[in-house]
Amino acid sequence: METIVFSLLNGIIYGLLLFMLSSGLTLIFSMMGILNFAHASFYMLGAYFAYSIGSVTGFWVALFLAPVLVGVAGAAVERFGLRRLHAEGHVAELLFTFGLAYIIEEIVKIVWGKIAVPYKVPAALDFPLFELFGSQYPAYRIFMLVVSLAMLFALWYLLKRTRIGLIIQAALTHPNMVAHLGHNVQRIFMLVFAAGCALAGLAGVIGGNYLVTEPSMAFTIGPIVFVVVVVGGMGSLEGAFIASLLIGIMQTFAISVDATFSDLFGWLGLSASSELGGISIPSLAPTLPYLLLVLMLMFRPRGLMGAREF
Amino acid sequence: MAIYKTVKLTVVGLVLMVCFLINNTVESSAADRIEMAYIDPLSGTFGNAGDSSLKHYQYAASLINKAGGIGGKMVEIVPFDNKANPKDSLIQLQKAIDRGMRIIIQGLGSSVASALTGGIKKYNKRNPGKEVLFVNYAAVDPALTNKRCNFWHFRFDSHVDMKMAAITDWLKTQKDIKSVYILSQDYSFGKAVSAATVRMIKEKRPDIQIVGNEFHPIGKVKDFTPYVQKMMNAKADAIITGNWGSDMTLLIKAASQAGQKSPYLTLYGGGLGAPTAMGRSAVGLVKQVTEFHENLDASDEQKKKIDDFEKKYGTDYYWERIFTSMGMLSKAMEKAGTENIIGIAKALEGMEYETPYGKVYMRAEDHQLIQPQFISTYSDGVERDVENTGFGFKTDLRIPAEASALPTSCKMRRPS
Repeated sequence: METIVFSLLNGIIYGLLLFMLSSGLTLIFSMMGILNFAHASFYMLGAYFAYSIGSVTGFWVALFLAPVLVGVAGAAVERFGLRRLHAEGHVAELLFTFGLAYIIEEIVKIVWGKIAVPYKVPAALDFPLFELFGSQYPAYRIFMLVVSLAMLFALWYLLKRTRIGLIIQAALTHPNMVAHLGHNVQRIFMLVFAAGCALAGLAGVIGGNYLVTEPSMAFTIGPIVFVVVVVGGMGSLEGAFIASLLIGIMQTFAISVDATFSDLFGWLGLSASSELGGISIPSLAPTLPYLLLVLMLMFRPRGLMGAREF
Repeated sequence: MAIYKTVKLTVVGLVLMVCFLINNTVESSAADRIEMAYIDPLSGTFGNAGDSSLKHYQYAASLINKAGGIGGKMVEIVPFDNKANPKDSLIQLQKAIDRGMRIIIQGLGSSVASALTGGIKKYNKRNPGKEVLFVNYAAVDPALTNKRCNFWHFRFDSHVDMKMAAITDWLKTQKDIKSVYILSQDYSFGKAVSAATVRMIKEKRPDIQIVGNEFHPIGKVKDFTPYVQKMMNAKADAIITGNWGSDMTLLIKAASQAGQKSPYLTLYGGGLGAPTAMGRSAVGLVKQVTEFHENLDASDEQKKKIDDFEKKYGTDYYWERIFTSMGMLSKAMEKAGTENIIGIAKALEGMEYETPYGKVYMRAEDHQLIQPQFISTYSDGVERDVENTGFGFKTDLRIPAEASALPTSCKMRRPS
């Protein structure tokens, strides 16, 4: 029982963090057709900005300021980089973001050093919130949950209930029509790109101290974010949401299961002493998202909720 | 046309001359100092561990230089970043050899040490007269001085079986502990920790139940909460872990956040960020087996050395064995000459050395340093704290050098 409760709770929090990252990526993709390889780098920038700003102003100011700064950086990248490349086609854009990811990592190494920075959970949130089955639950995790849910609601409200959301949705599918109606589609693109980056930045701010803030953090989480987007269906926010939670919960559950291949497939005659039978499920946890990716591409290439096939 | 040809020849000649000159200056400047290659992670997940040990080596070199160097030559530690990756390490090894370095220092990661010791053995076989020496200060997979031992490798830390023997000896006296949970990193070192623990517990405390024997991917887990949750569900009386670097820090961070109250028997719980992550909740719970901690009795001279180091680098003094390795190496180099690698290796074999914490010796059979070990507990009210936490380590048990020696299966071939 306690295993299920804790795994669910931890899985949901990790899943929501993944969603915060992948929502921006999937929005940008569906709107501009750009698979932004540097997306996780904006997540990293968010964490480092929050660390630097936070050491001067405290965590709470950084929580708002860092995502805004990351958004501005994102807008600049779109305005001065991607927009110029748009005419060159998707390959050029892809290569551009690919290179950008490396440049950002190198810049981070130069500015903040090659090893992890001591970006810590703020003291006001560094206490056990409640006790469950004899184990304490840190308040910061619940705070992450609250921030994620607030972000989720704000995003939903913006896209589905406001005029801006209407225009963005229209620009997703019929950019020419929207332009003819007198809207500046280019600017909408820039804003969406900036907003996507800011969301990644926010994920960095609250994820950087929950996990570790180091130059390799972008490349650690980047592939998983892509898995989320592909499994959820390219360009589908709902799909990304479901996929994020699925992967988050799956990974935490896999660790808490105490079984080996021989326990699962013993009925096939797999013995516990054999090489294959001795593989334990927890040791497979890090590969599970990729297994899901492969299976999804094999059997349902458009993803859970995606409209298009790739 | 003729003029053109002359000009061309002159240019080529000049370039060659310049090359020769540059080459010459490099050679001559290398001759009056000894460059030692330090190959360990200086970036990435384990970058902080490498950063700390590099500072210790640089400090040890500066102390030797202040006392006049080795045979009048100044020592310089040249860092190479291997990203804790065996493949990168072999490339860095080649780079170091190409730059004329003959002493290779490495410690973080038994998988890396295993690749290096194999690479060095091969290189030395193919390049007689240009041999290089491997100084291993921390890679503790027992195989390195048993099955995979060779003449060029010297280990200055007690290996896993020796450390585990100390922990299980201590367990013999702890009748309250009825079950243990083992968590290890999923690579050669972690496998060695797990195997040694299971084997020795069966021997010394057959009544103890092993309720978990888990492996996690090395350097990849950023949130250990699910693992900690699992241990708490298993209701183990004690946790045994060989985790080091950020794997130790993050594990103990998750444990203290979850309010876990089991004792942790660790190999590396005493430094490199782990104490910072523990705080008050870990007092009395985290134990380590090491060759050193700051609250061991020592001379004023040694205490001043520790203070000087901490003042200079702003980080904890943690690796006493680094000074042991440099001290013994310089003694061997004084004796055999700084270029004579075979002579240095032979001088190291069986060498006895007085450290600030007791006598140690390099066993000739397998090139394993035999040194006293200490089991200590993270405690309140200590003279010297770790990482400015206000808490520090207190000795529970001293295992004399002789008692920690274990038999070896090493059969090495020595150059005649």
